[in-house]
Formats: sequence, C-alpha cells, structure tokens
Amino acid sequence: MSQSHRIDGGQIDRSRTFRFRFDGVGYNGHPGDTLASALLANGVRLMGRSFKYHRPRGPMTAGSEEPNALVELRTGARQEPNTRATVAELFDGMRAQSQNRWPSLRFDALSVNDRLNTFFTAGFYYKTFMWPAAFWEKVYEPIIRRAAGLGSLSAKHDPDVYDKGFLHCDLLVIGAGPAGLMATLTAGRAGLRVILADEDFRMGGRLNAETFTIGDQSGAGWAEATVAELASLPNVRLMPRTTVIGAFDHGVYGAVERVADHLPEPAPGQPRQILWRIYAGRTVLAGGATERPIAFPDNDRPGILLAGALRAYANRWGVAVGKRVAVFTNNDDGWRTAHDLAAKGIEVVAVIDPREDGPEAGSLRAIRGGEVVATKGRLGLTEITVRSGKGRLETLRVEALGVSGGWNPNVNITSHHRSRPVWDEDIAAFVPGAGGPPGLMAAGAAAGRLSTHGALASGQAAALEVAEALGKQATADTLPQAEDAPVNIRPLWQVAKEGRAWIDQQNDVTVKDVKLAHQENFTSVEHLKRYTTLGMATDQGKTGNVLGLAIMAELTGRSIPETGTTIYRPPYTPVAMGALAGRSRGREFKPFRLTPSHKWATEQGAVFVEVGMWLRAQWFPRPGETHWRQSVDREVLQTRKSVGICDVTTLGKIDIQGTDAGAFLNRVYANTFATLPVGKCRYGLMLREDGIVYDDGTTARMGENEYVMTTTTANAVGVFRHLEYCRQCLWPDMDVQIISTTEAWAQFSVAGPNARNLLEKIVDQDISDAAFPYMGAGNVTVCGGLRARLFRISFSGELAYEIAVPTRYGDALIRRLVAEGKEFDAVVYGTEALGVMRVEKGHVAGNELNGQTTALNMGLGKMVSKKKDSIGMVLSQREGMVTEDGLRLVGVKPVKPDGKLEAGSHFLPIGARPVLANDGGWLTSKVYSPHLGCDIALGYLKGGTDKIGQRMRAVNLLTGLDTEVEIVSPHFFDPEGERLRG
Amino acid sequence: MQYSGLRVIWEGLTGQKGWGPMWRDPAPKTTYDMVIIGGGGHGLSTAYYLAREHGITNIAVLEKGYLGGGNIGRNTTIVRANYFLPGNSEFYSHSLKLWEGLEQDLNYNVMHSQRGLINLFHSDGQRDAFVRRGNAMINQGDDAILLDREGVRRYLPYLDFDNTRFPIYGGLYHPRGGTARHDAVAWGYARGADQRGVDLIQNCEVTGIDIENGRVTGVQTTRGAIRAKKVGIVVAGRSSQVAAMAGMRLPIESHVLQAFVTEGLKPVIDHVVSFGMGHFYISQSDKGGLVFGGDLDFYASYAARGNLPMVEHVMEAGMALMPMIGKAKVLRSWGGIMDMSPDGSPMIDRTHVEGLYLNCGWNYGGFKAVPASGHCFAHLMATDRPHEAATGFRLDRFATGRGLMDEEGTGAQHNLH
Ligand SMILES: Cc1cc2nc3c(=O)[nH]c(=O)nc-3n(C[C@H](O)[C@H](O)[C@H](O)COP(=O)(O)OP(=O)(O)OC[C@H]3O[C@@H](n4cnc5c(N)ncnc54)[C@H](O)[C@@H]3O)c2cc1C
Repeated sequence: MSQSHRIDGGQIDRSRTFRFRFDGVGYNGHPGDTLASALLANGVRLMGRSFKYHRPRGPMTAGSEEPNALVELRTGARQEPNTRATVAELFDGMRAQSQNRWPSLRFDALSVNDRLNTFFTAGFYYKTFMWPAAFWEKVYEPIIRRAAGLGSLSAKHDPDVYDKGFLHCDLLVIGAGPAGLMATLTAGRAGLRVILADEDFRMGGRLNAETFTIGDQSGAGWAEATVAELASLPNVRLMPRTTVIGAFDHGVYGAVERVADHLPEPAPGQPRQILWRIYAGRTVLAGGATERPIAFPDNDRPGILLAGALRAYANRWGVAVGKRVAVFTNNDDGWRTAHDLAAKGIEVVAVIDPREDGPEAGSLRAIRGGEVVATKGRLGLTEITVRSGKGRLETLRVEALGVSGGWNPNVNITSHHRSRPVWDEDIAAFVPGAGGPPGLMAAGAAAGRLSTHGALASGQAAALEVAEALGKQATADTLPQAEDAPVNIRPLWQVAKEGRAWIDQQNDVTVKDVKLAHQENFTSVEHLKRYTTLGMATDQGKTGNVLGLAIMAELTGRSIPETGTTIYRPPYTPVAMGALAGRSRGREFKPFRLTPSHKWATEQGAVFVEVGMWLRAQWFPRPGETHWRQSVDREVLQTRKSVGICDVTTLGKIDIQGTDAGAFLNRVYANTFATLPVGKCRYGLMLREDGIVYDDGTTARMGENEYVMTTTTANAVGVFRHLEYCRQCLWPDMDVQIISTTEAWAQFSVAGPNARNLLEKIVDQDISDAAFPYMGAGNVTVCGGLRARLFRISFSGELAYEIAVPTRYGDALIRRLVAEGKEFDAVVYGTEALGVMRVEKGHVAGNELNGQTTALNMGLGKMVSKKKDSIGMVLSQREGMVTEDGLRLVGVKPVKPDGKLEAGSHFLPIGARPVLANDGGWLTSKVYSPHLGCDIALGYLKGGTDKIGQRMRAVNLLTGLDTEVEIVSPHFFDPEGERLRG
Repeated sequence: MQYSGLRVIWEGLTGQKGWGPMWRDPAPKTTYDMVIIGGGGHGLSTAYYLAREHGITNIAVLEKGYLGGGNIGRNTTIVRANYFLPGNSEFYSHSLKLWEGLEQDLNYNVMHSQRGLINLFHSDGQRDAFVRRGNAMINQGDDAILLDREGVRRYLPYLDFDNTRFPIYGGLYHPRGGTARHDAVAWGYARGADQRGVDLIQNCEVTGIDIENGRVTGVQTTRGAIRAKKVGIVVAGRSSQVAAMAGMRLPIESHVLQAFVTEGLKPVIDHVVSFGMGHFYISQSDKGGLVFGGDLDFYASYAARGNLPMVEHVMEAGMALMPMIGKAKVLRSWGGIMDMSPDGSPMIDRTHVEGLYLNCGWNYGGFKAVPASGHCFAHLMATDRPHEAATGFRLDRFATGRGLMDEEGTGAQHNLH
C-alpha cells in the first residue's frame, strides 16, 4: 500500500523500506518510523478502542504517554499486549494486532457500551449488581471481566531472556533533550563519569520534533553533533532506549534498557531487556514535559492529537496525520504546530485560540476567542464545529486537529520519594516541589524551563552545580543561541458545552464523571482518582490528571494548589515483569546447592529431592525395585542390621572459637554447655527470645576454646545470623568468633551395628568404645593422614558416627566408604530412610520444630536449665506456656496394623464430631516402619503424656481418612537406647 | 438513598441529578459519645457496627487525611478464612461470613468475589502443614480441598510445572477465598455509618489523647479539641505513635509492604494463587490488572514506599511460578505501613486507660478482617466485653504467653511474619 500521508523531511531512512502488518493488512514504512508513524503515513488513524466504552481511537501523542494506540505486538509466545504504537520501533516483518475489540477494530460489538454511557457513569458498578447475591461470581463478574482488560497475554511461558546489571556514575542524566544533552556535555567535558539515559531510540528529545535552530544548526543537527561528541568521551555512557523507571533510596535508580525490542526477535543469547541498577552520586532530571489536552465534546476521535504530537509526526517522521488540519490551543506553543505544518504544505484551515490576544497569525486564519464545541467522524475525524468569540458557529472539514492545553513538566520521578509538586501560575502547571530524592535536581522543561534557551541554560547550571559539589572543575561555555520564547498561556480546561468531553481517554473518564464525583462528595484528589479511575490507565495520568484536577477545582471553587495533586509512583512507564525478574526464573530461580556425594549419587541413579536450596538423595533404587517404599525399607532394614551411610553435609556447621565460646554457647542454648569437656559433644536445644524452640543440633568441643556447632538443614542460615546478632549486638564484649563451615566439610553419617567396624578401616586412630565413647568428638585422620573430624552421635538410634573431611575429599570419601563397606553389605541411604529412622526413635525434626512449639510440648522441658540465663529461658516460663494440658509430643500407631495414617490429620476422640472444640491436636510426621510393620507417626496431642495407651482417631477430612489409633510413647524403637552405645 | 440497578437506570435517564453525596462533610462537634481515631477500613466498620448493632450514633471518625487513604486502599485485596490457630480461626471465619452478606447489608457493591484461593506447596513437609491447616479450617466450619499436582494443573494450567526449581506438589484450595474491591469496602462502610448519623471528619489528625484520673476524656486534633467518653484507636501503621499519646509502648513495629499492579489484561488468572517457595501472591482485578505482592521490605519504616531489591524479589518469584507473566507490564507500585505484631496476629482490647480501646496489629492481613474487626471492636467498645469471635486478641498475651497465635512460626521478629 502506498504511504498516502508521507510528506518530505524527517529523520527516517527512505532508502530502505520495511514491510509490516497491522490486523493482517500489509503496509510499508521506513527505518526510524514507529508503528504509529508508519500507520499514520499509510493513512491509518484508527488503532485501538477505549477501555470502557470501546470508542474508536487513534494515537493522541507521539510518545510513551500514549493512552490510545495500544496494540498487541508480535504473535505466539512473544505476543506483547498493550504496546504503545507510538514508541514501538518499526522493524521489517513486524506484526501487530489491535486489541480489546470483537470481532474487529472497525466493528466492535462492545461499542454498545458507548450507547449505554448514560448508565455506565463513574462508579455505577458500586450501586448495582448486588442482587441476587449469588449472581456476582456466576453472572455479573464474568461478564465484566470479559469486557474489561486491554490486550491479552499469550498464556505461554515467556521465551525471552532478561538480564540485570549494576552501573555507577557521578552523574545520572535522565533525558537527552537540550537540557540533558547540555548537562551531560558540561559534566562530561569536566571529566565526571556521566550516564545519559533516554527512553527514545534517538537522542535529542523535543529537538527531533522541532524546526528551530541552536546556534547555526538545526536543533536536531545540534543534538546529533552533541551526541557525537559525547560518544567520543570515555567517561560518558550513552544509553538510548533506556527508561529510568524509578528513584529509590540512597541514590539508586532503576532503568530498563530495551536491547532487542526493535528487532524481530532477540539474537540467540541476547537479552530482550536489561534492568540496570544505577548508583548515582547526583542526578539531573531532564525528562521534558508532556502536553495536555482540553476537554471539549467528542475530543477523542482518531485524528485528534495533541498539537505537539501533530507537528512531531510532520517534523520527525515526515507524516501528515491529516491533509487538512486545524489547531485548538490556549497557548502560544500550539501556534508552532500550525506554522510548522503550513510550512510543510499541509493545509491549516484555522487556529482556534480561546484568547483574544494570541500571537500574530501571519498568513494563518485565526479564530480568536474561539472554542471547538463539537466533532464528527465515527472512525476518524471528518469535521469540527467551532464557536467564535462572537458566538458564531462554524463547521470546518478537517482530517486532523491538534490540541494544546499547555505543557506539564515531567515531575514524576521527583515525587518518587513522595514529595509533592507545586503549582506555578506562570506556566499554569506543576513543577517539582521540595523534598525530592536527595541528590536529584530537575533541569529544562522538567523544571518548568520550557524554552530551548531555558533548557540549555538550566542543564548547564545543573551540571556546574553537580561538578562543584563533587569537587570537580567545570567550565561554563558560552551557550549557543536558541529561542527563548515566554510561555504565554491562559488556562482553558473545558469548553462549556453539552456533550461528553474526555479527560482520561483510555479509561473513558469524562467531565461528567468528575461532576458526578463532585456531586457525590468525592472531592479530594485521591477520591476523584479512585472513584472515577482518572489517571489509573496505562499512561498513569500523564495525559489527563492535571486536567481532571483543574476541572474539580473549578467545580469546588478552590484553586488548583488547594485541590492538591496526586503523586507519582514508580515505574515511570510500565515495565515488563520479565525484565524486573531477570534470569532468576525457571531452574535458575534459586541456585542449587549440591552435596559432596552428589556426583556419586547421580551415578547410582538416586532420586533427589529439594530440601531448601539443597538437592539431597531421597533414596537409591536398586534393580528390581518398582516402588519407592521397597528402596526405603531396604535402606532402613539394612542400616539397622549392618551399616548404612548417609550424606549429612547439609546440616549447618558453625565453628565457634574464642575464650568466651563456652560461655556464649551457654547463653544461646537452653541447656547447659559450660560443663562440656573437650572431646565430647552434646545435644543442644536452642530457643528463640520468645521461649519457643528454634533449632536443635549437637555441638562438640574440639579444644579448649574451640567448638563446632551443627544446626538443622532448614535453619542453618537463620541460626548463623542469630549467633552473629547475639555476638555483635547483645554481647559485643565477649571474645567469640564464628564462621559458617557448612560448605567446608563433607560430612557423612555411618550408622548401624557395623558402623565402627567400617570406620575402623579408614580412620587412622583407635576408635574403640573405650577410646571413642558415645558422644565423643575429636580431630582424627583418615586413609593415612587426611585430616578429618569424627563425632559419635546418632540420629538413627544406632551405633553411629558422623565423619567429616574437607569438602574436596567428599566424593573420594563416599566412594571409599562404599568400597570398604562391601564386606558388611553396607547401604547408602537417603532422606526418606533417615526420616523413617528418626521417627522410629521419636526424634523431632522440621515438622515438629515448626516454630510454634515449646520444649515442654516436645517432651524436652527438663532440658531448659533454670540455673542459668539463656535466650528464651525467661519467656519460656510464662504461665501460658507451661500449662499441663498443653500439647505434648506422642507416638501414634494404628490399632489395626494395616490402618493408614497421614501427617496433618487431626486427633479426635472416638465418636466425636469434627469441630474445633473436639480437636485434640495433629499428626506431625508419618512414616512406614519396616520394623513395626505398620504406619507410625508423631504428633502433638493436648495433654498427650496422660493419654499414652488410650485410643483416639486420626482424621484427615481432606482425604476422608479416619483411622483408630493408639497413643504411644514417641520412642517406637529401642526405647532404652541400648543400640546407641553398642 | 437506596442503590439498585433500577436506580442506576432511572438516574441514567434523568441526567444523574438525583445522586446525593456519598457522605457528608460535617464540621467536628465539641463532644461525642465515642471517637474513633482512624478512617481506614477498621475504623469505618467499627463506626458502622456501633451505629447499626448498638444504636450508638453520636460518634465521630477522625481521619488525618482522606477516608480510606491508608492501607485499606493499598492492599492486595485477598479475603480468606484459612487460618488454623485457635483465636484466629474463629475470628476470620466470622469475618468471611460477614463478607458473604456485605453487599446486601451495606447496599453497596464491594465486589466480594469468591473466586477461590489456591496455596501451592512444594515439599512433603509443606503438604503436611497444609493438611493440618485444611483440617483446622474444616473443623472451624470453613472449606478446604487438597489438590494434588494434577488437580492444580486443572485449575492453573499456566503454571510452570516442568522447568521449575521447586516442583509443585499440590495445593490447598479454599473455594470461598477470593478478593474484594478495597476502596469500595471503605466507601460502603463510610456511607453506611454516615447514613446512620456518624460524623466522618476528614483532614483531622489526632495529636493528643486527653486522660484525667486514668480515664479518657477526649482528644486533641488539628481541628480543635474533641471530648468523648470513649475513644478507639484504629490507626494501623500509626498505632505505636498514637498509642504513645496515651503513654503506651506497643509491641508493634511499622514496616513497609509493597504491592504492584500491571496494565489491564484480558482474563488470564481466575483465582488467587499463592506460591509456597517465595513470597508471592497474585490475582487479577475485575478491571484486568494483575495485582500482586510479596515480602516486607524488612526494615522498620514509616516511609510508605519501597525499594528495588524487594521489587526484583517479588518479580523473580512470579516469573518462577508463572513465566507467562513476563510480558505483562507493571503499571504502578506502592507501599503501605504495616502494623506488625510479635506473633503476626492482631489485638482488639481495652487498655490501661479506662474508656480507651485499641485495635491494631493487623500485619499484612487486615483487609479480610475489616468486617469482623469492626464488628468485634464495636461490641467491645459498646459493652466492654470482648465479642466471642475475638476473645483471643488480648494485648496481655505476650506477657502471659497464653494464646499466642504465631501462624508462621517465626516468633517475635516482626519483619519475619
Ligand atoms: C501492600 C499491602 C497489601 C496488603 N494485602 C492484604 C491482603 O491481600 N489481604 C488482607 O487481608 N490484608 C492485606 N493488607 C493489610 C490491610 O490492608 C491492613 O491490615 C488493613 O487495611 C489495616 O486496617 P485499616 O484499613 O484500618 O488501616 P488504614 O486504612 O491504614 O487506616 C488507618 C487510618 O488511620 C489514620 N490515622 C493515622 N494516624 C492518625 C491520627 N493521628 N489521627 C487521625 N487519623 C490517623 C490513617 O490516615 C489511616 O487512614 C495489605 C496491606 C498492604 C499495605
């Protein structure tokens, strides 16, 4: 198709042609085009539908604030909803679809909502859809949901890669218009490390869209030359296609670089976008200004644009949005559009200016004191009706109308720390207020300096100030000559005329809605926003907020500053969630921690399970075993019969040293540690400050002032952090040093009647019962000299040891243990067998140590020593925590041996109904015990110690399981502990 | 004025002229029977139930900003009754029942949507804990269904089931869980209270609490002194500061919690989904935005704004769980000041000052509590006896150790709940 509306000039590369499709129709465009400029060049004005009334819409702007021209870009899993056509860089083969319409953009069934607009006013849904009550979820809500929403997600996994990085600089300049370029140039020449970020793919900001000159060059030419100089400075980093999304604490800025959005798809390995965390010493916000509309009836038709956008399409992209145009402006800047378009040979039929004293019209026709009071054209503007100052109505046939209600400085980022902008009467707009992010200052249009000279001057001044603050010498070079026109504006917010006049175009908020909000007493700005949804659309209020606010001010008779302003929050423009997540997704969401025997276990075909960040072997299937229970039963039975080996490296290990180490342990453990002799270990119970059990483990005294603590796998990090807190904050005077050695040692449990026999084959020292008794600990060597640590401790209830070697020997050690174990038919067991054996012994683990239970609940009440003070001791003795009828750890067995148990089931008395009053507690852990030949479980039962021997029911209402059980001691196996000492 | 579909049509046909103010803007009187400090969800519902259930209408709600501008208008709107510890269980169950009749009661559509909540689990241990919880919920009279992996897939086919770091074992489905429109809840209660004669005073900050001989006599405000026989403190994130005006030092820390919403999208997430291996929960608003959040920012703060590391953390969890959201764009983020309590559960109680009552400690979960909290607090203020559904929320439980409700099991470390 021909580019019917393409005119001369612009910064597009006409030597190359891109083919693209919109809603299945093919068009041509050029490098340098956006999707919107290319469609407009092809005479396509209709690009979208509004949110509520499904009104036909075309682009209103030429930037990222675009509320109307949102499309679904690309197809398949790469489909991106709500893409602003106005900033989507055209590429060859681009495919885009319109959205929020059915069946087609031109004929949208839901535009019936527009006909029903008299009913669908602001907040009407709060007043209806209440009857009958059950209809909300079933009828009303599904209909509303389907009608609402804009574009669609593909519902497929995002195939793109996103990256993250850090950057540091003396000065971050946000925005590469005249102010930003001048600030960067000044600071860059002074040798500061500067980052210049701009969301556009072409630096220069407004200069690219204007015809005025800087010095003896065109504005765009000056921008190009300046960018070229900046590119040559090694201390300056230019970041086009990069949006600074937010100002966070301590001078940290988030920025998203669109690396591959202008390509059909990212090259292999190339990220689509990068999230940069920029640590900036100082920041200059030179983000420019955004034009705002005027509210007049039917001001939302395709072809009605902001005046600045209309001339941007002509000047930058060589596009005449319409061949006959008019301009409606309350300020002098709108006249620029008329002059520029006329100079390009576009027929400007009139400039409508509500002021009587607007600028000289020259050859243009001015309708002074005039207002646009009506428009026509269902799918695109065809005519406007103008009322002149004398009240005469006149109809003008036009294809496009440029509207300017003035310019709002882009103060957004200055209020990310909740500073409120202040009203500036001179330019009739909000400018940055006090209390913005520390180190940030605004320059140029963002600061309300709307002329080109003002931008250059304030950009330079800002850079000089930054340089001085950072102790650098910068020079104030003579500024090039540039226009310095004053802002002549007389606010006109709305045209008084019946009809619907849009304020927030996407969300279909009209003047009537603001009136209704006022009538219903939603007069505070925040209420206005929340009730009417003004400013909640994807442009975040950039186009409509100030207008809506001003109209509310008119209604209440208050001034605009009295009416207030809503503040802006990050992000500056919407950001893809993928970019904020980066690579931390899928298998890379969290790193894997692998145990030292992982490789060996993999070779054995082990089944692995995630335990926190660790992957642990769960069981080791052998040929012929078809069910996991077969493997686990075998591992348990063989361990108890002969010997089993298990990798227990994941338990937290903390080396604790210093002359006060013993006293320190005495304070962090509830039981006594002061008396622990060198060469011994002891089970320790650690409480939280609130008296609840935090963790348990064994701690060994390896030397006079040297201890090794073990923690549970789950709490390894937390306990270490807790000890650091105690050491540094609670008792800084103690001589205690700690270091986590979890990764430094590979540790294996060797358990079973043959444990010693096996270990004797590799440990170089005498480990007979006499030399290395139960709970012994010490440094040894293995395999002829390799240093190792040996602990005679047991979780399985068997004669057992834990042997640790430096991690790099872990793989060798497991292989050696297995080889030496052959003669004993040693097994290696996984976490399941470990769990079975600990439940058989009644040892508590994660499910019992759930952060809600006391030592008393666990049957370990006696361990809390009252002879000394320790963390949690005092609060553990609160009256409510020592009640006799409280929960107690018990063992549970089905009355019938084939009875099934499930963890999480609740205890109910026999015959009782499942209601809270009868709830006796719950089953914490359940395993199948191959020794007892039935399911067994641990559980917390109210008054449990007195209920040993009684019968109850274990009921799982979620699965329907209801099993009669006997309450028993939690020590199912070898209650006297004879095997331990064997 | 009664709201209804017919009324909407009638007003549509007659130029919307008949709608009156949703509430009045009265000037504060010098004396009230009761003063409620804080015009958030809980303060407004307290006033509503005081008027409706106890006939006490000479009340003022004093709000320092605009009604509903605090956490009530900043939350992720999840409404559920899936607590499992005594004290909490019966309270949230009571609350959910009030929710279920709220639209009709208030004559205001708060869009309470029982679309179902699915809490995912990713290990045997987590499953065991959810089974325990599910049973407690049913014992309490609420609903819970255990889903296995395939069950989850049926409801949430878009989750990443294959390439995940933490495989999905299953989920606990709470069909009556869901969401509601947060602002509407505040407005509905405000309108209901106003209609019954309660004065809602905006832009009125309480700066002091007057106490004579151990009895409260009124408050000092930026709009003058106001006398009252009874005063209720319901100020969420500002609880410690306001209680300090009465000489109290509360066991509350204020922390920032961020929340996020994406641009509007066609329906794609039909439930409330919560991830068990990273703090992340998400639902889709009726308008189409994905609404989601995660962990606290971890440091105590009154700043009501968050920082980038937590933003990234939340997005990472989201992308790990459902990578289809990669191309949804975050539109807005914001922070609320959370009144974090030592056991993660709230307080609705008298204080050492006669006539002064306290309602605080809602952590990140007080939205779902709005109806019952107001209902029970009104009962306490009117009768001086705790409501039977809120007997557990005593301020002295930290001293006695009796009836602590630490659902997360993280202990008295406020930022870990
Ligand atoms: C990001 C986020 C997500 C959340 N998600 C959920 C969720 O999904 N589900 C859920 O159940 N809960 C959630 N919550 C929690 C819930 O929002 C709060 O617990 C609840 O809203 C707090 O009670 P409120 O509504 O009364 O508080 P607020 O709305 O904060 O009301 C307190 C009011 O007191 C006023 N005030 C303070 N000091 C004074 C003074 N001196 N004088 C006068 N007035 C004063 C404040 O201005 C404020 O309006 C979330 C909270 C946040 C911030």
